[in-house]
Amino acid sequence: MPEQTATPSTTGANTAPPEPKTDRAVVRDALGVGIAVGLSGFAFGVTSVGAGLGLLQTCVLSLLVFTGASQFALVGALAGGGNPFTAAAGAFFLGTRNAFYGLRLSQLLALPRAVRPLAAHWVIDETAAVSLAQPTRRAARIGFTVTGLTLYVLWNLTTLLGAVGAEAIGDTGAWGLDAAGPAVFLALLAPMLRTATERAVAALAVLLGLGAFPVLPAGVPVLVAALAAPVVLWLRGRREGTVTR
Amino acid sequence: MNTTDAWIAVGLTVAGCYLLKLGGLLVPADALERPLVQRLSALLPVALLAALTAQQTFGANGALVLDARAAGVGAAALALVLRAPFLVVVAAAVVVTAGVRALGG
Repeated sequence: MPEQTATPSTTGANTAPPEPKTDRAVVRDALGVGIAVGLSGFAFGVTSVGAGLGLLQTCVLSLLVFTGASQFALVGALAGGGNPFTAAAGAFFLGTRNAFYGLRLSQLLALPRAVRPLAAHWVIDETAAVSLAQPTRRAARIGFTVTGLTLYVLWNLTTLLGAVGAEAIGDTGAWGLDAAGPAVFLALLAPMLRTATERAVAALAVLLGLGAFPVLPAGVPVLVAALAAPVVLWLRGRREGTVTR
Repeated sequence: MNTTDAWIAVGLTVAGCYLLKLGGLLVPADALERPLVQRLSALLPVALLAALTAQQTFGANGALVLDARAAGVGAAALALVLRAPFLVVVAAAVVVTAGVRALGG
């Protein structure tokens, strides 16, 4: 992860100014994320075939959806007996966060209009996290491209391997592969928790997400948890006696 | 689940998820210049990732459970505090979860 490997000073509670960063360092960070997360496509391939989807369907999901949480949510809902529309709705709700990453990235990367439809496919948690952690536009563009390319190639390759090998693996839970997803999310989240505001948002989101989980349909609790961001901003604005706008 | 239903779900998900990604990138820049929008779009990923982490650690079939995944994610958190590389963080979660399950946890 960028924050841990390249800029040790930014771990923990501080707001260190961006340090100059070489292209090599950016590429190294991007490769670290791309390779590690790309390899977890294996867990998706295994889970998807284990859930009853075909090899082709599993590979199409990784090739054309390419946003892990939505893919896991979809196959989980289908395995649980959900109809195709509610299953897809859950995956869609999980994918809404990518629209917010896009909002940030379009400013940061300043992509030409013609490139955007292609670049859009790579707008996911990992590319956003790596790009947003970079101090300059050049570094952000390198981070986005290297993370996106590495992750796309490996995610699809390992999805295929996992799907083919699903029968040989047997029970994926026994191998602990179901813990890879949350560990990936946690590793992406950690460097973002720099200020009290960010920590408050994360804490409230956990409470809202877990509280809503047993009572709302799959995918919706994550959207409820997203309300933590405006709520914390609003509370902060009130406490400071100024309107945040 | 029949094959047609699965393909319908796959098709809807492909289209929906792509349009969400593209939509974010195509929003006009001047819509993003308000400080509130900028702060919100910076904080939303924090909220979503935190909720996803918690739900994938404690959620199972629409209920909250405490199982071996919690130990695995705890190990991942420890690895993060110790500034371990990304792959080590994920490996710690997988190995500890598998280990706890093997011990009957």
